Amino acid sequence: MNINIHIKNGRLIDPKNGIDTVSDLYIVRGKVASLGAIPAGFQDCRVIDAAGLIVCPGLVDLSARLREPGLEYKATLESELKAAVAGGVTSLACPPDTDPPLDEPGLVEMLKHRTKSLDQVHVYPVGALTQKLKGERLTEMAELRDAGCVAFSHADAPLANLHVLMQAMQYASTFGFSVWLRPQEVSLANNGVAHAGEIATRLGLPPIPVCAETIALSNIILLTRETGVKVHLCRISSAEGVAMVRAAKQQGLPITCDIAINHVHLTEMDIGFFDTNCHLVPPLRNLHDRDALCGGLIDGTIDAICSDHAPVDDDAKLLPFGQTEAGATGLELLLSLTFKWATTMNIPLIKALNTVTLAPARVLGIDGGHLTPGAPADICIFDPEEYWKVTASTIQSQGKNTPFLGRELPGRVKFTLTDGNIVYES
Amino acid sequence: MNRNPQLNKHGELQHLLTTEGLPVSILLHILDTAESFAGVTEREVKKIPLLRGKSVFNLFFESSTRTRTTFEIAAKRLSADVINLNIAVSAQSKGETLLDTVNNLSAMHADMFVVRHSQSGAAHMIANHVRSEIHVINAGDGRHAHPTQALLDMFTIRRYKKDFHNLRVAIVGDILHSRVARSQIHALTTLGVPEVRVIAPKTLLPSKVERLGVHVYHDIAQGLKDIDVLIMLRLQNERMLGASLPSPEEYFKYYGLTQEKLSLAKQDAIVMHPGPMNRGVEIDSAVADGKQSVILPQVTFGIAVRMAVMSILAGN
Repeated sequence: MNINIHIKNGRLIDPKNGIDTVSDLYIVRGKVASLGAIPAGFQDCRVIDAAGLIVCPGLVDLSARLREPGLEYKATLESELKAAVAGGVTSLACPPDTDPPLDEPGLVEMLKHRTKSLDQVHVYPVGALTQKLKGERLTEMAELRDAGCVAFSHADAPLANLHVLMQAMQYASTFGFSVWLRPQEVSLANNGVAHAGEIATRLGLPPIPVCAETIALSNIILLTRETGVKVHLCRISSAEGVAMVRAAKQQGLPITCDIAINHVHLTEMDIGFFDTNCHLVPPLRNLHDRDALCGGLIDGTIDAICSDHAPVDDDAKLLPFGQTEAGATGLELLLSLTFKWATTMNIPLIKALNTVTLAPARVLGIDGGHLTPGAPADICIFDPEEYWKVTASTIQSQGKNTPFLGRELPGRVKFTLTDGNIVYES
Repeated sequence: MNRNPQLNKHGELQHLLTTEGLPVSILLHILDTAESFAGVTEREVKKIPLLRGKSVFNLFFESSTRTRTTFEIAAKRLSADVINLNIAVSAQSKGETLLDTVNNLSAMHADMFVVRHSQSGAAHMIANHVRSEIHVINAGDGRHAHPTQALLDMFTIRRYKKDFHNLRVAIVGDILHSRVARSQIHALTTLGVPEVRVIAPKTLLPSKVERLGVHVYHDIAQGLKDIDVLIMLRLQNERMLGASLPSPEEYFKYYGLTQEKLSLAKQDAIVMHPGPMNRGVEIDSAVADGKQSVILPQVTFGIAVRMAVMSILAGN
């Protein structure tokens, strides 16, 4: 059902090939056919006038919770994939913390089948590292890989036993699998809900110290060296954490790293008077940490920005701060917030877009996030001049909670194409 | 960031949720109004009709005797109808959410909610969701704030020390878990006390506490030097179960207030405690009952201060 598409006069930005120029892009049979010159024998079936718009690879999101199976009251595949394409996201990885967790091949196959039938976004399940995410017994990682898992993680579930962690890393390393870990020492996080700093002290919120991250990070880095496994570090939140990752990468360890888009913009101060939409995991830290995270993005210590999309139902946010569920919707904000970061911090757009396209595709190990002729035509076309207001009705996701609710954001997605199909058009 | 949710658009007090961020004029207005009520409590006929026909709901999601009682007395002296709800054992145990409880009570035409809850931010959340004619008074939320306690402490200090501008005040004990300490610190710094000290072992101090504008001491002997006002905090028994402290005995030895330690402060220093006291843990009986103690007057002033807060809110 692929039709040929001619995207005219857009500003093409392709980080992989270093392209940032106004040109045409031609799509034939779901693939990028050529940039600039019309391919031989090309017949227009659909022309998209992209004058004044930016044409870039579809976004690749390393963490988007779709909430299926088991948590459909928070969100469904239908609602969240619709949100993804509305946000220009054409590939996403979903963490295993569903109910039940993605720890059996059958569950993964079902998820793959369901997402394939919706045919909108490439969904890459991340398998559970241990059964039921209990941190005790390993999952059948090879079977899970065959079923479609691209990596293995423990999501936000605690994995307190370092022996189990080491065995899991060794086993994954046997098959060349990647292990994705969010560094947090559970005994130090100790049911905290906010960064151990001035705001938590003022508001009397249970704190999470930075050392909860750095001690776990230190363990993971040492175990990476020990086991040789490829490790992807998820959601670093602190300046010290960034420094440790930088040092580990300089030593040549096989480590990649991402942060969540909210942490690029926000700090503990944004909690204000107990804004429960700012209850996030990991917690928003201070200005110094935020600047270090941005510095890490610029020097490449941090590879990718993800949405860390976590739709939460309203009731779970309408409680006193400490009792609320952590998380925010993000799929539809990732592009706008990345764009906003680039424009306000004066970062070349090609560099900023790299962190949400090519770099995360490389973490996933997929051929995507670029516009090289022959590549799948996964494309996002957005208007850099158009602002949109984040409200419950402008967000497609079933989760309406985000710290940016009520804010105007720049960069409106006009078209999203997956494998050359127009899956979103506004 | 939203504007201070305690103030209405004219800058007047809409709710009393915390002492943080309140202008000095509002704090002084409360204290001055409380002075005028302090006389009422000593009169033969103790009632005045300022809140006649108004309904005050005491919503205590966490148990309390003293605070709830003084709020009740204060409301009754202002001629309000008072409804006490011990929610800890009713709706919440049936699974009703905090907001549902509040919405149901709002539908019963409440004019004022006095709220105590174990979670920081509970009073803010309620204030954000009630109709604009309803006033919320925070009677203690988690570790966050207990503004009426802090205000009655300010009232007590002013009674005995007259002026805030030349005082050194020390708060001793479990600052980390104390909503009272946080509210006192904000009130003291706002009212112009030049030096506020906190004295505690490191396990009982929150991170970055100095950012609240206090000087940190770990040695009580150094911390009490030249002090005009000592505020002792209650050490909750559950702190002994965790790893915060080794034993009540060691705590008393190093941080408990005895006559000997009190002698390191100024001769005319006053000793305060928000209650309930653990005698022999944070304070020795000889000090608690001694001539420098103003602990019982604090309780008495609590009624006048709460009357002042209610009457000001009702008038705004």
